[in-house]
Formats: sequence, structure tokens, C-alpha cells
Amino acid sequence: MDRAKLSFFRISRSKLSGDFIFEAVIGFFALGIIILAFLLFRELFIGSALSRDIFGVGFLTSSTWDPVAEVFGALPFIFGTLVSSFLALIIAVPFSLGIAIFLSELAPEKLRTPLSFIIELLAAIPSVIIGLWGIFILAPFIRDYLAPPLSTYLGFLPLFQGPMYGLSMLTGGVILAIMIIPITSSVSREVIMTVPTHQREAALALGATGWETTRIAVLPYARSGIFGAVILGFGRAIGETMAVTMVIGNSPRISESFFSPSYTMASVIANEFVEATSKIYISSLIEIGFLLLVISFIINIAARILVWKLLKVEGGGAT
Amino acid sequence: MNRLKILLILILAGVLLAGCVSKQPAEVQPTVAQTVQPAKAPATVTLNGAGATFPYPLISKWSSEYNKVKPNIQINYQSVGSGAGIKQITERTVDFGASDAPLTEQEFSNISGILQIPESIGAVVVAYNLPDIQTGIKLSGDVVADIFLGKIKKWNDPRIVSINSGIQLPDKDIIVAHRSDGSGTTFVFTDYLYAVSPDWKSKVGKGKSVNWPVGLGGKGNEGVAGLLSQNPYSIGYIELAYAKLQHISYAYIRNKAGNFIEPTLETTANAAAGAVPTLPAGDASWSSVSIVDAAGENSYPIGSFTYFLAYKDQKDQTKGKLLAEFLWWAVHDGQKYSSDLLYVPLPNDVISLNEKTIKLMNYNGQPLI
Repeated sequence: MDRAKLSFFRISRSKLSGDFIFEAVIGFFALGIIILAFLLFRELFIGSALSRDIFGVGFLTSSTWDPVAEVFGALPFIFGTLVSSFLALIIAVPFSLGIAIFLSELAPEKLRTPLSFIIELLAAIPSVIIGLWGIFILAPFIRDYLAPPLSTYLGFLPLFQGPMYGLSMLTGGVILAIMIIPITSSVSREVIMTVPTHQREAALALGATGWETTRIAVLPYARSGIFGAVILGFGRAIGETMAVTMVIGNSPRISESFFSPSYTMASVIANEFVEATSKIYISSLIEIGFLLLVISFIINIAARILVWKLLKVEGGGAT
Repeated sequence: MNRLKILLILILAGVLLAGCVSKQPAEVQPTVAQTVQPAKAPATVTLNGAGATFPYPLISKWSSEYNKVKPNIQINYQSVGSGAGIKQITERTVDFGASDAPLTEQEFSNISGILQIPESIGAVVVAYNLPDIQTGIKLSGDVVADIFLGKIKKWNDPRIVSINSGIQLPDKDIIVAHRSDGSGTTFVFTDYLYAVSPDWKSKVGKGKSVNWPVGLGGKGNEGVAGLLSQNPYSIGYIELAYAKLQHISYAYIRNKAGNFIEPTLETTANAAAGAVPTLPAGDASWSSVSIVDAAGENSYPIGSFTYFLAYKDQKDQTKGKLLAEFLWWAVHDGQKYSSDLLYVPLPNDVISLNEKTIKLMNYNGQPLI
């Protein structure tokens, strides 16, 4: 770089140096995010005051959601959000790990970039498009081809009993799984790529097969990072609104069957907020938003703590 | 190299900041232009409205047609939902609101000096998907209520069969579909069930969202239509216009006079016309107004007015006058665009009631029209 051209930039070095301005600007941006998060919490907390006054803790344990009688309880929504997100994880994690291991350990060099590009492209599809596809293609497919064998072979479990109409907890879970696979797999892949080559070489030198190398030398090393990727996916699943609203059936009832329709916290806000007019109704919806924020906060913090614990056990090997 | 990066970041930050700063005056300008120079006619004035999604196609047609009549006036309507529309007119962030349901007693008392002006009429049909059976099965109010309460579970229930002689109804479970989002359509439908079924009245009630005893929730008319089209033996409710455009089968409903009525623009208009003698003045509370289960030999029983909301006392003389003129035009000339878009034109008696209401609009006591 031609230094003479840039020299105008070094005028008064003493007080208003470039470093100072730079620090001030980025410091402001960084602080801005923290302030924003705090204000969001505060606003939701204030907005839900009326609902907390009237329903108290009962809001968390009641499963009645009756806008006409103005009696509100969030339990079915909390249940629906957590169960659909866990279901999504159960489906998505094996797929994501498989994709990540394939792309980092097995795929020929030529295939890696295009394949990972295509998988990441999946994350760029707007969720309303995925939702429409869910209504017209996925829901009938699950109803006609996936649900019948499940109820035939696993029908003894309450999870797979009852009639299946297409829109259900199961469909919601599958849609969410499809939506979190790109993020979970690409972060896992990056983590696995960072495992030093000598780990693999050592295992191979001891006579390990390809599978054993991955299992013994690579995965344990990347464990905390992969766990982080999974939590990232979980966070996305919890907050996802549009696609899941379109396929989960929107029925605020707690059922043990995956074939029953369910409802999530984000969905009820999206569905009912615009037409909510009474104060207590709005306040209850805001409290659901507050709870959603608190739940994702707790999960993220718990994940952090778990990652730290894992790191400690490994004696810093994976840092 | 580092310096170059810093320079770039600073330039970027500068551009961003400049963007933030320069926006504010740009937003202020149009209002200044309108309020400072009210006398100059050529300045374009925008009337902002917000509210119900149901009349959106009609209002946007009016907006473009009215712009041809009065090129200097822009009608900008945001279909954000009745609830949000009521909220915005309460806070006076828009010039007019629109709602599918009349203001409740509480909402009405919160907004002093609000006028409710019926601008069109909507009908809701009970739609179904029965393979091999076309439009026209007959249903009565209590049967519809019991289906949506989960009491009638099969299509060949004796109560459905007894009013549908000659139609072979299948021995299949009924799949119930309803709206999951808060909507005026749900309000009209539950208002009807509330009127005809004591059981529905005590167990569920009426509202834009209710606690559905059974069924699957779809988002929007298209969500319910999607549920119907994919699930044989399902039943749901959607707007008349949507059902006709999408060729979805719907039921004939028994009205108060005991006749099974096909939902059409005419039969819905009949219901509205029958209700005219009971309508209140435009500046009174309309909370009890309902044209469901209306009297009349040939009235379709599931329908509702959809309303414009505007303040009686306008705070800006020019804008107030333009708003009054637009509302006047919409309930008169505007009605001729209704039928093409499958909206029900207002009966003449309702138009003359609206004339009285719009004449109440004033600026400092001075009538605007």
C-alpha cells in the first residue's frame, strides 16, 4: 500500500487518533446491542404487567386460552414450542452430523464447496415458502405415507395414536428440522474442520479405520463445538414462526400424540396479535413473548455452562 | 492496511449516520406542506387509513378509482387487521380506520366522537369437502353449531341426514377446520352460532378469536381453504368471495323463516335490508348491531357490515373535508364496484343513513360536507 496516499489520515495523532475514533465507534455499536436487548426485556416486562397481576403464576400452568372470556394460560404454547423444537432436534441432529462428517472427512475435495453451498442455500429460503410447501406437499405426504406405518408398528406408544390429518406436531417438528439442518450442519462442519490433522494421523497410525478415526479422534475433540451448533439450531427452532404456524394445526391443547395438532408461542403471537383489542388480551400475548425470550435465554445460558463444563473435563484439550 | 480498514469503517459509519439524520426532515416535509398551504389545491394530499383485511380489495379499488376522479388525492390503506385499525384510529395516527365488527361498548367509550359508517357487507359460507357431493347440502344453525362443538361427529348423523333427503352422506368422521388468526370472518361466523345455539353461547361465545372446542386451525382464508382441499370429509368457514373464486363447495343455510338459502350477494343484501329499521345513528354505539340470523323469507343468515371509522370532529379543515368527500363517494359511486369484486352493495336505506352520519363530520362546529 502506498503510504504517502494514506498519510493525511495521520494528522493529530495525540488526541483524536484513528484508534480512538475507531474504538468509540465500534464501542458504541457493541453497546447498542446490549442496550437494545435490555430495552426489549424491559418493554416486554412492562407490557405484560397487567397479565402478570391478574393471572400470576397460574399463567404458566393453566391450559385455558379463551379470548372471549378473557381467561389466558400459556401452558399449551410452552408445551408445543418445547416439544416441537425437541422433535426437530431429534430429527435434525443425526442428519446434520452426517452431513458435517461427510463434508469434512469423506467427500472428495471437488464436491465439498458446491455441496456445502447448496445446503447453506436451504437456509436462505423464506420461511413462508417452506410453510406453503409444508401445507401442500409435506403435510399430505406425512399423513399418507409416514403416519400409517408409524401407527402400525409403533402404535402401542401413545405418541403415535389417534387420527392424523396432516397438520400436526409431527409435521411441525419435521418442518423445523428441515429449517435447522443448514445452520446445525454448517457450524458442525466448520468445527470438525478445525480438528488438527495430527489427531487423525495419530489415530490412523495406530491402525484405526476411517470410522474409528472419526469416532475416537475427531468427534470427541469437536464435541463442545458440535454441541454449540445443536443449541444454535434449537434456538432457531424455538423462535421460528411462519412455517410452523402454517403446518402445526394451531390448536391450544396438550396431547401426548404427535399426530394431534398443537400450537407454539411464536405462532399464537403471530396469529392473534393484530386482532387483539382488549388490554388484558394484548398483555397476555406480550407475556408469552416475554416467556419466549426468557426460555431462549435460559437455554442459551444452560448451553454455555454445559460447554464450559465439557471443556474443563477435557482439560482444555479442545480449546 | 489497517488504516485503510479504519478509513473504510469510518466512511461506512458516516454514511449510515448521514442516512439516519437526513431521513427525519424528509418525513416531516409532506405534513408541513399540507398544513401550511391548505389553500393551494394542486398539492397532493394523502389520506391514510388502516384496518380490516376483508374489505382491502374493495378499498384499494376505490383508492385507484377515486384517484381518477380527484387526481390530487391519494388514499393509502393498510390492511393490518381490524384490531390494529381500531388502535391506530384511537391514537389518531391514521385519518380513517376500518373494522369488520362494530366497536364494542368498551372500545366505543374509549374513542370519543367516533363515527361508524357501514361501507360494504360480507357473507361467510360454511364450506366443505365431500367427494362426489357438490355445493348445496343443507344445514341448519343448530347442526352447524353442534358440528363445531364436536357433538355431531359423523357426516351421516341422523340430524344431517334428515334435512338432506336424496343425498347419500358418507359414514365418515367430520374434520373441522377454523381460522387460527384473529379475524372478522371468525367474528361473523361465531356471532351467527351465538345467535342460533344456546349451547354455543354458553360454551364458546363470539369474538375474532375464540377457544375452539374441536378442529384444526388454518391461517387466513387460504389456510382454511388449504385444509379443506386436502382433507376429504372436512368442513370449515370462509368468506363468500373466496369460496366463489376458488370454487369451493358450500352449504345452504336455514334462515329464521325456515328456508334453506344459498349464499349470494342478493341473499346477503336481503339480510342487511331487513336490519335497517333497527340500525342506530352513526355516532351512537353499534355494538349490538348484527345482521346474522336476520328475518326475511330470502335472507342468508351469516353476514355482517364492514365499517369505516372516522372522527366526527376533524382537526384539520382541508383533510377533514377531503375525507368526508371520499367517504361520501365510497358509499355512493363506490358501491358500483362492489359486485364485480363479490362484495355486497349497500341497500339504499343504509346509504341514506350513511349520508346523515357523514354530514355530522365537522371542523370547529362547521360542517364539512
